[in-house]
Amino acid sequence: MKQWYMVIDVAKCHDCNNCFMACKDEHVDNKWPGYTDAQPRHGHRWMNIERRERGQYSRNDVAYLPMPCQHCENAPCIKAGNGAVVRREDGVVIIDMEKAKGNKELEKSCPYGAIYWNDEVATPQKCTMCAHLLDDESWAPGMPRCEHVCPTGAITTYKLEPTALEKKIKEEGLTVYKAELNTDPHVLYKNLFKFTKNFITAGVLVDGDCFENATVNLKSKGEVVATQKTNFFGEFKFDGLENGEYVVEVDAGGKKTSNNVMITNQSQNMGFINL
Amino acid sequence: MGKAIRMTNSSTGGPVFVYVKDGKIVRMTPMDFDETDAKSWEIKARGRTFTPPRKTTIAPFTAGQKSMIYSDKRVLYPMKRVDFDPDGERNIQNRGISGYERISWEEATDLLVKEVDRIRNTYGPSAILSTPSSHHLWGNVGYRHSTYFRFMNMMGFTYADHNPDSWEGWHWGGMHMWGFSWRLGNPEQYDLLEDGLKHAEMIVFWSSDPEVNSGIYAAFESTVRRQWLKDLGVKMVFIDPFYNHTAGLFGDKWLSPKIGTDHALSFAIAYTWLTEGTYDKEYVATHAHGFEEWADYVLGKTDGLPKTCEWAEGETGIPACEIRALAREWAKKNTYLAAGGLGGWGGACRASHGIEFARGMIALATMQGMGKPGSNIWSTTQGVPLDYDFYFPGYAEGGISGDCENSAAGFKFAWRMFDGKTTFPSPSNINTSAGQHIPRLKIPECIMNGNFQWSGKGFAGGDIAHQMHQYQYPAPGYSPIRMFWKYGGPHMGTMTATNRYAKMYNTETLDFVVSQSIWFEGEVPFADLILPACTNFERWDISEFANCSGYIPDNYQLCNHRVISLQMKCIEPLGESKSDYDIYALISKKLGIYEMFTEGKDELAWVEQYYNATDMPKYMTFDEFKKKGYFVVPDNPNRKKTVALRWFAENREKDTPDWGPRLNNQVGRKGLQTTTGKVEFIATSIKRFEEQGFVDEYRPAMHTYVPAWESHHSPLAKKYPLGMLSPHPRFSMHTMGDGKDSFMNDIKDHRVLIDGHYYWIMRMNSKDAAARGIKDGDLIRAYNDRGSVILCVQVGERVQPGTVHSYESSAEYNPIGKPGKSADRGGCVNILTPDRYMSKYACGMAPNTAQLEVEKWNGEIYEIY
Repeated sequence: MKQWYMVIDVAKCHDCNNCFMACKDEHVDNKWPGYTDAQPRHGHRWMNIERRERGQYSRNDVAYLPMPCQHCENAPCIKAGNGAVVRREDGVVIIDMEKAKGNKELEKSCPYGAIYWNDEVATPQKCTMCAHLLDDESWAPGMPRCEHVCPTGAITTYKLEPTALEKKIKEEGLTVYKAELNTDPHVLYKNLFKFTKNFITAGVLVDGDCFENATVNLKSKGEVVATQKTNFFGEFKFDGLENGEYVVEVDAGGKKTSNNVMITNQSQNMGFINL
Repeated sequence: MGKAIRMTNSSTGGPVFVYVKDGKIVRMTPMDFDETDAKSWEIKARGRTFTPPRKTTIAPFTAGQKSMIYSDKRVLYPMKRVDFDPDGERNIQNRGISGYERISWEEATDLLVKEVDRIRNTYGPSAILSTPSSHHLWGNVGYRHSTYFRFMNMMGFTYADHNPDSWEGWHWGGMHMWGFSWRLGNPEQYDLLEDGLKHAEMIVFWSSDPEVNSGIYAAFESTVRRQWLKDLGVKMVFIDPFYNHTAGLFGDKWLSPKIGTDHALSFAIAYTWLTEGTYDKEYVATHAHGFEEWADYVLGKTDGLPKTCEWAEGETGIPACEIRALAREWAKKNTYLAAGGLGGWGGACRASHGIEFARGMIALATMQGMGKPGSNIWSTTQGVPLDYDFYFPGYAEGGISGDCENSAAGFKFAWRMFDGKTTFPSPSNINTSAGQHIPRLKIPECIMNGNFQWSGKGFAGGDIAHQMHQYQYPAPGYSPIRMFWKYGGPHMGTMTATNRYAKMYNTETLDFVVSQSIWFEGEVPFADLILPACTNFERWDISEFANCSGYIPDNYQLCNHRVISLQMKCIEPLGESKSDYDIYALISKKLGIYEMFTEGKDELAWVEQYYNATDMPKYMTFDEFKKKGYFVVPDNPNRKKTVALRWFAENREKDTPDWGPRLNNQVGRKGLQTTTGKVEFIATSIKRFEEQGFVDEYRPAMHTYVPAWESHHSPLAKKYPLGMLSPHPRFSMHTMGDGKDSFMNDIKDHRVLIDGHYYWIMRMNSKDAAARGIKDGDLIRAYNDRGSVILCVQVGERVQPGTVHSYESSAEYNPIGKPGKSADRGGCVNILTPDRYMSKYACGMAPNTAQLEVEKWNGEIYEIY
């Protein structure tokens, strides 16, 4: 059966918060019976945008990870909910507002921190993927509010057969966040490495000027794992790196150098490499 | 459950569908177009066809607009300050301190009219000062140029002239170099999208963050265009003290000049081109005036200081090798310069070096033959191919006032709107060239000191020399101010050294203060009487997406489609609030001018009259429009494409649909508006001014490296070593959307909730933070001699060491102790910015350069006097 999936491209998110605001617009002061109660005006982050700065001035960047309920196939909240949380046939995970009343444990059960406690109605709440709209044929946009207002196309939802999704995962290199939790999320990420992994960067100078088209090899455990040419600022940037020891070899028109760089949970701006 | 009805409205952040049920707004969304709406344009370039998405975009504050409408900060009833008695003790010293009591509209209007009549009978109407915010809530009939001026001109008042606060350096400097006075010194941008898609190899975004500011009013309309350019392999370099959000999304390189040093960088680039012979010599020979003398200066022949990349490294903190690399690539590749949000505008032009920054941008563009294919000043925000012949005015075109002095009504609209038989405009007779003026930035000085002299009126673009006119307050024969009728409350967060405004309200000669406002925010709680206005979702209006017009002619080209909206009255005004129009109608009855003000019409009737004065009836009747709610103006595929400044590059008559130069500002219909018709590296207009005795150290006739007066160069930097960048805010539209208990308070990068207060954010480099024992998330006090602001610090790498970043426009002003004299924890960082004018004869503001120090906040109040 076709399932709802959400794909979020980390490279396209610049934290405009339109999704966060539209989520509140849809849910604060609005009850959607059968789906969820009204969201409190403040405090809940059904679309929780995490920020991570990488590198050091002035070769640095910032990545944002918009994180709604992951709508897991193997959802810990369903287990903790004792029937109060259901996974619909189309893959959307819904907290039953009546059955979940008073169950504060549910909030803690989510390893992604996507469930929030609503004090006023004493019930846990979370993103419903705007299922009340997806189920409504008169809702012309046919998508959740967050996707509808996203100006960069970072958020896209699909209703697909699981096999079609597998194909998409392979073709577009989609991954899940915190895969080690084994919860099988229906929210998948593109370019997740920008948030979870690191880079090595530097500017190559020859006789004090930026050197374009230097060949830079990145080695790990004796093997060349990537090669780049420097741009007109003499810069290279190897991204998506795991923790470990790397060697950066530069060949700038015959002038050569080699540097060891250690990545431990932090990107490295090596500054200028002077040749 | 019952279905919500889909209505239409619009906002400063885009037009919207509004879903309303049982008299309450359920949701607000962008507009999706359907098959009945006009087709979108197509551009063919580099083997691809580009066409925009079939929907509008909205800004974050529009996405959260519902929370501004339903906010416990709304003023719902007329209110009077508890210890204000117009017939007895006024307790002026308690403004900003004492509380309010609810009164009826009858009592409020009686009180108001009695004071207005008393003041007019004693001092004349010029004793009443009024000024609205720069940005009203959206809608051309209800806008400040329209309803507000219609009423105020009939009552009589002195208007506090707004300074060209987003143009500044372009207005006071750029205009003298290349004219464009009708755009306050900014360039035209016609048809540059196609030019860029075809030819661009690199774009240099210099003090430009279109993902945040969109040009203006245009939400995220241009995002898709930058995505296209990126897909085509166009390199994007960002020059900004702050690693801005467009750089984060698209940047290939970020260069961060120290605050106030952009022009050192532009001089070094020019130096590189001059010494390496990589500028367009033929173009410069025929299109520039004074270039050779200027080039000698750049090379150091006249002042002994060659403006080398190494010299610029010392000024800016950017490595010389990177400046040289940029200069060389720029000369080699088809490069467009995005020198702000609209070609120019915003950012560094609002700084103490703004005049030379803007002239530096024009100098670089000129040296690379601007106007030729592949070379122009273009910010990617405009230049969309639309039907420019279809006439629908922007908000600045006067609406129902027809005030040709204080709006652009005289361009076309007033003559289409008023027949002079049954319906009439409302011209001004005080805020005119020979009347009385007050500059908004110096309202406190005028009120507190009783006199002030200055040069140039804000928004004076009729001619280049208009900005050189000399003014004094009080104007000869006119009365000093006795009453202030303020619309809205954003001065504390948006003007400069704003403790001045708080102090001003306690001036004994200021008999009476009225605040007409939607929200209880900013300086509203300094008023004696508060009149509750409502939002544009509670009244009728009409408008076009992003179309302000006036000094930004044809700026609907910020959008991917021309979208005209009927702004429906979606809900009844909350509480006892009223639309501005209804408030003025009520008051006009007691003033005896009701028939003249209303002409027997309600707002919807004015909207219909407005509609019929535009080109809309060519496509549908008002009744049809009322039913559908919006209209997408069809593209005109037969329109002749006219690229901005191509006519200038090719020495042809100007062919773009632009509003200027006027016929008398050109010789033989050719050339720029300047005296010589060329880009003036030595400005003839300033030279004449100098010869008349008006010599200005910070605005010499020649484009010169004048170090910023507030920067790491200034003596102040010894005491206050950190330079603050304070751009237009990311999520709000100035104060719109901020505070007010709105959803925006919860945005992590907007405010931070600590111990029950939502604190404004200051961004700081990790090295500066470590040196002060400050860590991410701490509460800090940012301070200088102008005051203190308590903020939450975000430590990171988005600014270079020595620079801090905090957006302007906090809507909240929460002094911990005495107003105007103690630390503010609302977040009005403009308390810290200089109130000094940009230069002696350029009365612009410079909030984007401020020196300050930061320390961990110890919880004290920090009162100063």
